[in-house]
Amino acid sequence: MALRTEELLLNVGPQHPSTHGVFRIVVKIDGEIIKEATPVMGYLHRGTEKLAENLNYTQIIPYTDRMDYVSAMTNNYVLVSAVEKLMQLEVPERAEFLRVIVMELQRIASHLLWWGTYLLDIGAMSPFLFAFRDREIIIELFNELCGARLTYFYMRVGGVKWDAPDGWIQKVRDFVPYMRERLKLYDDLVSGNEIFLARIKGVGRYDAQTAIDYGLSGANLRCTGVKRDLRKDQPYSVYDRFEFDVPTRTEGDCYARYLLRIEEIKQSLRILEQAVEMFPEGPVMAKVPRVLRPPEGEVYSRVESPRGEIGCYVVSKGKDSPYRLKFRRPSFVNLQILPKLLVGESITNLITILGATDIVVGEVDA
Amino acid sequence: MGELLTRPLTWGSFLTFFLMAVVLLLIILFMVTYAIYAERKILGYMQSRIGPNRTGKFGLLQTPADVLKLLIKEDVIPEKADRPLFKLAPVIAFVPSFVVLATIPYSEHMYFADLDIGVLYYVALSGLTVIGIVLGGWASNNKYALIGGMRSAAQLVSYAIPLVISAVGVVLMSGTMNLRGIVEGQAGWFWNWNFIPQILAFVVFVISAIAELNRTPFDLPEAESELVAGYHVEYSGFRFAFFMLTEYVYMIAMSALITTLFFGGWHAPAPFLEFIPGFIWFLLKFCGVFFFIIWLRGTMPRIRIDQLMSLGWRVLLPLSLGNIFVTAIVMEIVKAING
Repeated sequence: MALRTEELLLNVGPQHPSTHGVFRIVVKIDGEIIKEATPVMGYLHRGTEKLAENLNYTQIIPYTDRMDYVSAMTNNYVLVSAVEKLMQLEVPERAEFLRVIVMELQRIASHLLWWGTYLLDIGAMSPFLFAFRDREIIIELFNELCGARLTYFYMRVGGVKWDAPDGWIQKVRDFVPYMRERLKLYDDLVSGNEIFLARIKGVGRYDAQTAIDYGLSGANLRCTGVKRDLRKDQPYSVYDRFEFDVPTRTEGDCYARYLLRIEEIKQSLRILEQAVEMFPEGPVMAKVPRVLRPPEGEVYSRVESPRGEIGCYVVSKGKDSPYRLKFRRPSFVNLQILPKLLVGESITNLITILGATDIVVGEVDA
Repeated sequence: MGELLTRPLTWGSFLTFFLMAVVLLLIILFMVTYAIYAERKILGYMQSRIGPNRTGKFGLLQTPADVLKLLIKEDVIPEKADRPLFKLAPVIAFVPSFVVLATIPYSEHMYFADLDIGVLYYVALSGLTVIGIVLGGWASNNKYALIGGMRSAAQLVSYAIPLVISAVGVVLMSGTMNLRGIVEGQAGWFWNWNFIPQILAFVVFVISAIAELNRTPFDLPEAESELVAGYHVEYSGFRFAFFMLTEYVYMIAMSALITTLFFGGWHAPAPFLEFIPGFIWFLLKFCGVFFFIIWLRGTMPRIRIDQLMSLGWRVLLPLSLGNIFVTAIVMEIVKAING
């Protein structure tokens, strides 16, 4: 006689150590194998886009800080660049360089945070603390620059709020070789670990066509071999002046995504190295009117955030606040493939796959 | 104490043993307290932080403070839980962990039971703990706890087998299951210690032992990132403390067992060092093994459940079985040569 078995409905989140915030996923499991997975989003929805309709453009910037709160600089940039495009503003060179430097530092900080928490998901404890220690250096640099550690409100339409204080550029310059050394240590500690490799190799695999169909971007797309990076394909700011590679891999699994993010840190360090050498003199703020009233029109601006392609669509009716504002949030889009990937995997792999997608719930729910 | 064991039981000897057991209990509680402190401190230094340093000098009172906090916490039992089983589970898990300590010979004259089946006794009793863990997972009426408890059952049962079978190699070499006998067989220089001739058994035993302890990289039953806390997710207050206590007592017991089986127990690494008391040597080796277990926690990620099972059944079990054959054949050959 066959043993009678039952499927179990397991609720993962919204309070769960590995859902990175208040993300929730309801899974139907047979033993430990997932039969069906339904992500539930919206626990952190604050209505950023609707709120923006009643705020003037400068007031919207702090709201973007709180979307992807581990990569606030990139979010700042996507909004101000959209408005600048609409107003056809000329941004001073020094401001653009500062923007690139903070965005690349932010990319490193964001990937470090991902690296630490991902290893924590896999069950290794120490890397988390190592990563946070190095991320702390970047956070301190930002603190010195704009007086905030997480939600910076640093960029403005037409430039940046603060010029780099004395010696700040030198600190960034010193950070590059330091971080390179630390990356070697990270590799020694984690990248070759047999258990780690066994956990992530071949897990959560998809091919390039699927990735494109689901609209994935960032490392989630590049891990399938598609070479797409907006910094190269559609250079914004001053990215066209730097030499850097867009790393890709073809495996399409969690391991590929892991290696790509480590490699992206190295490429960001290359950009930083060149940026501090070329750092120009000059003003950091363009001449902009006190009240920003972009002309009537629509504009879409997109940049490469650590998580993928973040976009900002602004519709202006010539008023001081937008008629409609829409953000394309990479975490939200990248998450859509999750139910498809999870079927047939175990609960353990749920965490592995969800972690490798690199979501920030503030951005998913906006 | 050895002579007392062989004499007929009187009230006097009963009282002596009773007192000694209480003393051992207190010593172990003290050791657990500072084992937790040591673990937090060592892990702290491995992770470039300081670890506890506020409560008492160097944070020495941190664990007592934590324990006190757990004891005065509200005792929460989930409404839908199976109350009698929920209360019973920590006790079932905890009792065997203390009982196994009796067989360990801490030095030549310090032991509590001179059992001829010491190895078997240890493994058999420590196997009882799994019942407590599964009960705890089941009685909590929580899905995470249930999965944790089930994983734990699968893991502990699977790894008890290579654990015993690898120990058989050592038993073959010493010709006894008595833990004192096994230690006495390892006298002399340190190359007489079992971990060199029985290197295969040693590796299998240590891996299985860590799996039995539910420690990283085999901490699946309480895999924090997946199951939140596994089988003790619904436990709080002193019941939770009991589960933790069980875990640490086992860690101490297992370190002591590894020292006994593979590192020559109370023996000095070289005969001319024998003037240092055996207890000190035992303690040093014990600390070494204990440190190794903490070290693993600082460096390793967690293995997946299916990988864990295939490692246990497909790798460790055949290896340990092979080890028995090789040991037996080599011993016969040596016997034949020596006539």
